[in-house]
Amino acid sequence: MSANLSAILYLVSGVLFILALRGLSSPETSRQGNLFGIIGMLIAVTVTFLSVGNFSSGFIYVLIFLVIGGSIGAFIAYRIPMTAMPELVAGFHSLVGLAAVFVAISAFINPAAFNLGTPGNIKLASLIEMAIGAAVGAITFSGSVIAFLKLQGIMSGAPITFKGQHLLNALLLILIVILTIYLCSTQSSNLFWILIAVSFLIGFLIIIPIGGADMPVVISMLNSYSGWAAAGIGFTLENTALIITGALVGSSGAILSYIMCKGMNRSFFNVILGGFGATDQTTGGQSKEQRPVKSGNADDAAFLMKNASSVIIVPGYGMAVAQAQHALREMVDTLKKNDIKVSYAIHPVAGRMPGHMNVLLAEANVPYDEVFELEEINNDFANADVAFVIGANDVTNPVAKTDPQSPIYGMPVLDVEKCKSVLFVKRSLSPGYAGIDNDLFYKENTLMLFADAKKMTEDITKNL
Amino acid sequence: MEIDPFIFRLSIFILSIFVGYYVVWSVTPSLHTPLMSVTNAISSVIIVGAIIAALSGSDGVVFSSSSIYGFLAIILAAVNIFGGFLVTQRMLAMYKKKKKDK
Repeated sequence: MSANLSAILYLVSGVLFILALRGLSSPETSRQGNLFGIIGMLIAVTVTFLSVGNFSSGFIYVLIFLVIGGSIGAFIAYRIPMTAMPELVAGFHSLVGLAAVFVAISAFINPAAFNLGTPGNIKLASLIEMAIGAAVGAITFSGSVIAFLKLQGIMSGAPITFKGQHLLNALLLILIVILTIYLCSTQSSNLFWILIAVSFLIGFLIIIPIGGADMPVVISMLNSYSGWAAAGIGFTLENTALIITGALVGSSGAILSYIMCKGMNRSFFNVILGGFGATDQTTGGQSKEQRPVKSGNADDAAFLMKNASSVIIVPGYGMAVAQAQHALREMVDTLKKNDIKVSYAIHPVAGRMPGHMNVLLAEANVPYDEVFELEEINNDFANADVAFVIGANDVTNPVAKTDPQSPIYGMPVLDVEKCKSVLFVKRSLSPGYAGIDNDLFYKENTLMLFADAKKMTEDITKNL
Repeated sequence: MEIDPFIFRLSIFILSIFVGYYVVWSVTPSLHTPLMSVTNAISSVIIVGAIIAALSGSDGVVFSSSSIYGFLAIILAAVNIFGGFLVTQRMLAMYKKKKKDK
């Protein structure tokens, strides 16, 4: 296949990837978008086979390895529970990162196969691109592995910090730059291996100080890195499809990180420098005076909701942990039978990754046009009769609007307290991730329901 | 003076960042999780490099020191491609509208 034709076809697959993302602007077009993505991938792979044009025994092995990887991927995709999406995405990011490292290594060992010169005499620009691709890929890999371990609960979600951490990271980053410069002048393979090793180390160090609840930012950030790594390799291979995709994924991840940071009213650097969850525990301790709390049971909650005309549900990560989304949908079905208007309010940082709650509700057959984002629904709380908060905490805390001393001051929150009455399903009065007390617990119109989210929801349904 | 082809690739790269920026802002927040899984799948187009690397061995030698890395990368990227697109498909199939009759 001529080089020009294959370049044009790579461009076509790049355009199809753009359309795949474009499709996600609404659920109706999203399935078609996914199809475009699959076609784009198919074109890219086929064109590569044709342009290499080597159908010897190696080709058979390529197909075998493709089938092995593909079956593993398909198996995981069908078996994974929706609550585990954050872990899955983190795991997948690590694979992209490692694949980028492997491709870069292969190109370094055998540059002739990629038309980049001969070993020890690789074109300067290619060498720089290779080094960038390998370094970013390695950072993505080790960072994603840590994120995965934290999300899986294999590693504690608590931030790991030590003295001189930021200084060490800065020094390592400078070391990477120096290594790249020396690599370019000496073409030494030892330097290339050291460069990769240092990059693995820095990916690890960057993620360990970030706390469990900042994971939405981390996953988005690693998403972005995996894109830049792909783009770096794309430049090495002079491949348009890879360059376009890398840029798309890179900016997508960056935008998601930005949205997540804004949802927490924190700067990106504040999150990256880490240690938030651990240091702010003290603020919670001060206001720990015993205040009266009204607590109720499923019967009370059912009574309140039965007499309401509109109910807003505020789900949070606790709902995912308790796997309560199906029980919740059943409760809502019963409410709707009684002609009660029900909608869902989702905070941008609810859950462990962007859009996580929406997927869980969709899984429980909640129609997506009953689910609203913070800006869309926040004014409706004042007119609603009951707010049903299930597994959320900090994102409803009115202190973010009233107390400039609070660590979450300025964070956009759901105006739950404006509802006529608030039902708060929670296991205990313990503060949320931010380590601060929620004023909402002690409000006149709040009824605390101390129980497991799933069990409580089922009990309420029985009582309705 | 002739323009280095690198500049053309750089132009594509920069323009694609802008395209990505506007396209991703138009993605509805409720689909942010599928967005992440699909970006994951498409970034595995890196398999293109893996295939070239895997087929770089000379005649008769399928597994050379450089092609082995290619084969490993093929497995990793294939897991991602199939896993990413299928899990996205699975998620998107769950997004349904309210039934009209209710």
